[in-house]
Amino acid sequence: MYNEKEYIGIFEQHRKLIDEPCAPLLNDKRDNAIRLFAEKGFPRTSDESYRHSAVAKLFATDYGLNIGRIENSINPHELFTCDVPNLHTRQEYIINDCYYRNTKNSTILPKGVLIGSLNDYAKSHAYMLSSYYNSLAKEGDSLAQLNTAFVQDGLLVYIPQNTEIEETIQLVMLLRSNIEIMSNRRILIILEEGAKANMLICDHAANNKQSLSTQVLEVFLKDGASLNLFELEETGAENNRISHLYVRQEKSSNFNHCNITLTNGFTRNNTHVMLSGEGAETNLTGLAICDKQQHTDNNTLVEHITAHCTSNELYKYILDEESTGVFTGKMYIHHNAQQTNSQQTNRNLCLTKCAHMYAQPQLEIYADDVKCSHGSTVGQLDENALFYMQQRGIPVDEARHLLMFAFAGEVIDNITIDALRDRLHILIEKRFRGELNRCKGCSLCK
Amino acid sequence: MEKLIEIKNLHASIDGKEILKGINLIVNPGEVHAIMGPNGSGKSTLSNVLVGHPAYTVTEGEVIYKGENLLALSPEERSHAGIFLSFQYPVEIAGVSMTNFMRAAINAKREAHGEPAMSAADFLKLMREKRALVNLDSKLANRSVNEGFSGGEKKRNEIFQMAMLEPTLSILDETDSGLDIDALRIVAEGVNKLKRPETSTIVITHYQRLLDYIKPDIVHVLYNGKIVKTAGPELALELEERGYDWIKNPQ
Repeated sequence: MYNEKEYIGIFEQHRKLIDEPCAPLLNDKRDNAIRLFAEKGFPRTSDESYRHSAVAKLFATDYGLNIGRIENSINPHELFTCDVPNLHTRQEYIINDCYYRNTKNSTILPKGVLIGSLNDYAKSHAYMLSSYYNSLAKEGDSLAQLNTAFVQDGLLVYIPQNTEIEETIQLVMLLRSNIEIMSNRRILIILEEGAKANMLICDHAANNKQSLSTQVLEVFLKDGASLNLFELEETGAENNRISHLYVRQEKSSNFNHCNITLTNGFTRNNTHVMLSGEGAETNLTGLAICDKQQHTDNNTLVEHITAHCTSNELYKYILDEESTGVFTGKMYIHHNAQQTNSQQTNRNLCLTKCAHMYAQPQLEIYADDVKCSHGSTVGQLDENALFYMQQRGIPVDEARHLLMFAFAGEVIDNITIDALRDRLHILIEKRFRGELNRCKGCSLCK
Repeated sequence: MEKLIEIKNLHASIDGKEILKGINLIVNPGEVHAIMGPNGSGKSTLSNVLVGHPAYTVTEGEVIYKGENLLALSPEERSHAGIFLSFQYPVEIAGVSMTNFMRAAINAKREAHGEPAMSAADFLKLMREKRALVNLDSKLANRSVNEGFSGGEKKRNEIFQMAMLEPTLSILDETDSGLDIDALRIVAEGVNKLKRPETSTIVITHYQRLLDYIKPDIVHVLYNGKIVKTAGPELALELEERGYDWIKNPQ
């Protein structure tokens, strides 16, 4: 059984090896991070925010860590062909936790745009990135600290002022290993004033041994910047993921996030949005479809720091068999955040008696002129609707699928990339029919 | 002539409470039967039992439909066999479009009959054709099933679905409730246009006015879980005039 000590031990023992290929910007943050990790330890179920997600046990496995940055011979082009027709994206790859340079990206990026290895850019653009890297995650919980201590690479997306990237940036994260593996990934996204981008992050796996991925995403949206970020997790029962997404939004910026958990093992997604410029707007949506013993936990915190900001949240879960869903949504309205408009909705379907949903909407308001609402429901499929459909000749299983599909549709329909939305409709339908029972990794996409 | 449906001594209960207490009824092909009766007499229970609503339990009796034991069939199998219920309260199904709903229904029926799925073009053509029958707005067809429909639109939508599925036995459960005179006429005309010599209809209603449009061959009065009176269409007029008291308290 591995505990905190082992991880600290590995870190200290291999410190040189960890640092060696990495930029000083990454290495400089490690000492503080490991100290904070050692202080706090793994979150326990006695911690309110991890009450229903026993994450410590995920770390108990003796995972392999690719600290020596051994090149793997995987060619992602052979392994992965994106199966979203008509989705023309610029594809970037992270294999396990190594950035893979995609030589097939032929389009020339607008002047000043940087997309590529975070570690490389942290060397070449150290000064520019120093005020961003880890500036949000440093306040994070012990798992974010562990990522900062061990992380060696990831992806940087930097878009200069008033620049728009029309092509969707697609980051494909592939997990491929013959042994139990832990991968630590880091993504830094910076959109300067008025910049616009669409991004899709897909999480795939092709392994049958247990894996644990930690990822930290830091997103900075300057005045008037706009980012649509879609995340799709399509791994398997052996794959566990702990994700931290931090977003800092300046004046009149716009952030749309949709996080879809289609197949997975154990997932914890932390989302922390800071609305720190007036007129900023954030829309967080999420959909989890779980069965067997899948576990999906979305933990969101939206901080309204200044006035006139808007936030909307919609999270939906469909839980079958013995799966577990957890949703914690906190809206924190600071005393200066007058004229806040904040809304949160969480709807859940428990399809069996053994499926469990834990929902915790929370509101903390310190301003007196705000409009805030939240609502959460847990229920079953509408029996009357099922019978109505059966009377019209629709077999009961088909009727259930139609209702579940309609339930999921409310989230999917928020996806603004048409090709992706259409594809998700098909994927979700397949998922309900049991055709995506377990992630076949990327053979699925061929 | 072979009977289309024969109900023999049918007893049914919900939550342990007996509602139907021995119904006997024969409907032959081509006939229109009206079932009338005061509130709570078991009219809706009868229609629900015939279509296999899971909340009701049949405790005694049998129902033979097209020579087969109807009660052994699932709700969807009954539908495939040609039984259609126009619901008293059509259900709203958020997020399921009328088009997808109808396509699933049509293709399920075709599959049950060993026919291939209908092509998209044929299906849309059929939708257009049948929609015209009840003046159903094309916009409604693109919306979620019954969601945001007015009372009249919901009932017209029921008849539209009936037109799509071409049932052999249609049960209209208070299809007239909540309809104004114009809507009533449209709905009734729709039903009449769909009438074929071999199809039968059971009309459940409180009022004579629907029967002005859909002419019954036989009128039954259901009271306290039993059919207490059966006669020709003149019975409906008599009930309209005299109410149900004379049936409840026979002198």
